[in-house]
Amino acid sequence: MSRQTPLNAAHRKLGARMVDFAGWDMPVQYTSVIGEHEAVRTAAGLFDVSHMGEIEFRGPGAVDTVNGLLTNDLSRCADGQALYAGLLNDEGGFVDDVVAYRFSAEHVLVCVNASNREKDFAWMSSRARGVKPVDRSEDFAQLALQGPKAAAILQPLTQVDLGKVGTYRFTEGTVAGVACIVARTGYTGEDGFELYCPPGQAEALWNALLEAGGPHGLKPAGLGARDSLRTEMKYALYGNDIDDGHTPLEAGLGWIVKLDKADFVGKSALEKQKAAGVPRKLVGFELTGAGIPRHGYPILKDGVRVGEVTSGTLGPTVKKPIGIGYVPAGLAAEGSTFEVEIRGRPVAARVVKTPFWKRA
Amino acid sequence: MGNYPGNLKYTKDHEWARAENGRYVIGVTDHAQSALGDVVYVELPKVGAVLTAGGTFGTIESTKAVSELFAPVSGKVVKINDALAGSPQNVNQDPYGQGWLVEVEPSDADTSHLIDVDAYTKLLG
Repeated sequence: MSRQTPLNAAHRKLGARMVDFAGWDMPVQYTSVIGEHEAVRTAAGLFDVSHMGEIEFRGPGAVDTVNGLLTNDLSRCADGQALYAGLLNDEGGFVDDVVAYRFSAEHVLVCVNASNREKDFAWMSSRARGVKPVDRSEDFAQLALQGPKAAAILQPLTQVDLGKVGTYRFTEGTVAGVACIVARTGYTGEDGFELYCPPGQAEALWNALLEAGGPHGLKPAGLGARDSLRTEMKYALYGNDIDDGHTPLEAGLGWIVKLDKADFVGKSALEKQKAAGVPRKLVGFELTGAGIPRHGYPILKDGVRVGEVTSGTLGPTVKKPIGIGYVPAGLAAEGSTFEVEIRGRPVAARVVKTPFWKRA
Repeated sequence: MGNYPGNLKYTKDHEWARAENGRYVIGVTDHAQSALGDVVYVELPKVGAVLTAGGTFGTIESTKAVSELFAPVSGKVVKINDALAGSPQNVNQDPYGQGWLVEVEPSDADTSHLIDVDAYTKLLG
């Protein structure tokens, strides 16, 4: 039996096509993946991401405790700042990729992937030194309002001055009468907000946003568009592009690793890998031949399998077949060429600069 | 409710075949295009390829999924819909018209394995 978010009935009423995602009954599309994708790039889209988990650290030393678990440095953040980071195992592989919200030195909320919630909580509980984590996932629904019109849609519904909430900053306030954490974060490459609210008020907030956004071209958007949007940005998806067998250095996420900060789980493994040289890298590529790269397709060089595609699609905005995959470090430079094996046939591909798409 | 013309023959795999001058034009049904979602790529056989009824003859990809195409009839491909290379969305917008896939010269006149519109719509429930 799949778990349901508080918006399950609302999705069905909108005629969404529902699929199982990480044990949750979620909308994959309402009308069309491409239409929803384009709405987010040109106007706005509204996503239900209530399946995400939230793990809280509250008490003296909360920031230090979280800092001992994450690759990025929360001690350098201001209160009201959000931070993307890796939660690693002792070998340096990803347990998860997370966003940590620093309310104060004594209060941090970590947003985790739905598929990893129980695993993360157990891992954090076993490795946290200091403040004990609390799984608060049942206390939050989460809506993501994303797109160039997001601020214009949200501002009339809230007293919060959105002009003062910068990228990867957040604040607390009411939206359409609902108490929310209002964060300028997202997973689409567009400006936008993620709103955390009590589950019982999620539907009221959802409806208020859809109504306010309608005249701006806002569309409800499903997991299909969420996936194609993040792929065009080369944002990693846990379980596809990153997992417990790949480190942030291999995944091209060196920028979320601060080896100069105090010890964190996985640090010594990363130091070793850095000293020895990173053997493979996650690259973005375009197919120059016909076809679409997909998760799991082999990457070949001169007929020999050297890597694997981790994500791929026909980018709805870039209008090209694009992919992400691990290749040996020697094939990772922009302009390097290899082949992707599609149904037994090698198709030419070339490493390109990422993100594949950049907003004007 | 989908659109299922009465003059077509159908397969349980959601392809259709339309008899035309002793040949069959083949495509996927309205149900198939809707279930697939936005079609972004269609891989078709070359003209001259020999199809076997029930065998795969190509693939159709939406933003999310890859699906195989199954031949409704046996025979030789005499025409393919080249326009789909540039406009794969024709499969969504006009599955029985501009979204056709291939035209086949049948090698076997027996089409008793195909089902009519009543049986097909019953199958869809």
